[in-house]
Amino acid sequence: MAITVLVIARSRNLFGVIVLGGIYSFLMATVLVAMDAVDVAMTEAAVGAGISTVLFLGALYLCKSEEAQPVNKPWLPLLVSLAVGAALVYGTVGLPEFSNPQAPIHTHVVPRYLNDIKTEVDVPNVVTAVLASYRGYDTFGETTVVFTAGAGVVALLRRRRNKSKDRKA
Amino acid sequence: MRHDLILRVIAKLLIPFILLFALYVQFHGDFGPGGGFQAGVILAAAVIFYALIYGLADARKVVPEPLVESMMAVGVMIYGGVGVAGLLLGGNFLDYFVLDHDSVHGQHRGIFWVEVGVATTVSGVMLKIFYMFADRGNADDE
Repeated sequence: MAITVLVIARSRNLFGVIVLGGIYSFLMATVLVAMDAVDVAMTEAAVGAGISTVLFLGALYLCKSEEAQPVNKPWLPLLVSLAVGAALVYGTVGLPEFSNPQAPIHTHVVPRYLNDIKTEVDVPNVVTAVLASYRGYDTFGETTVVFTAGAGVVALLRRRRNKSKDRKA
Repeated sequence: MRHDLILRVIAKLLIPFILLFALYVQFHGDFGPGGGFQAGVILAAAVIFYALIYGLADARKVVPEPLVESMMAVGVMIYGGVGVAGLLLGGNFLDYFVLDHDSVHGQHRGIFWVEVGVATTVSGVMLKIFYMFADRGNADDE
């Protein structure tokens, strides 16, 4: 994955970058499977590697396939992103170990989900039960976000198309 | 590319299985990994695949644009409708256990319809975005 990221950052050929982005998503999906998050891995493979690659290719079709040479060397942004990355890594040091059963997240609501799901919801996949039932409000919000994003894209792109029609007329 | 025989035959072979897999992910989400979001994306991917091989015009004939646009809104309305149905039946917003005499069955019913709503919105939005992008490319060609 590190190699993919480095090549993406160095490359100027956008087609290659898009393909590498898809590869990165698939690698990410395998990592998520290794961490037993199958639902998330499936989403990553379908959305990250599938749909977004196709959408990027569609966008690439509209523009040039070579990235323009930047005017100045972006040292300040590089410094900022390195600092933020270092801060995040420093933050993970304070997190409890992966799959530590005594971690706060496993002692708060998780026992209730795991113990009562049989009598309350009776759905074998706990992820689905939490997502759609216990956290129904959140998922409703997410669906609305997806809808809003789609509506925004429709609003933006459609107006552009009408304008170009006006120009032709 | 429009007349590539191998691609056309393979696509025709594959697309039914992709659609079937989307339905499997949708309705088997209670038991295995998956759910509305993933199923919606796979459903959209099947249509996008069709559009890539057979061209946008044919895909528009199969899945017309007004249908896609209404899918975007209808999905959210299904989700919200489940919430309002719970409200009307005497529970709180998005309470599922009032949807049936048996509270566990009510949960099943609620989750099922909520997932249907999510899948409808997600596939609608994905398809609409794809149509928009592909359409702009075509408009530039003309």
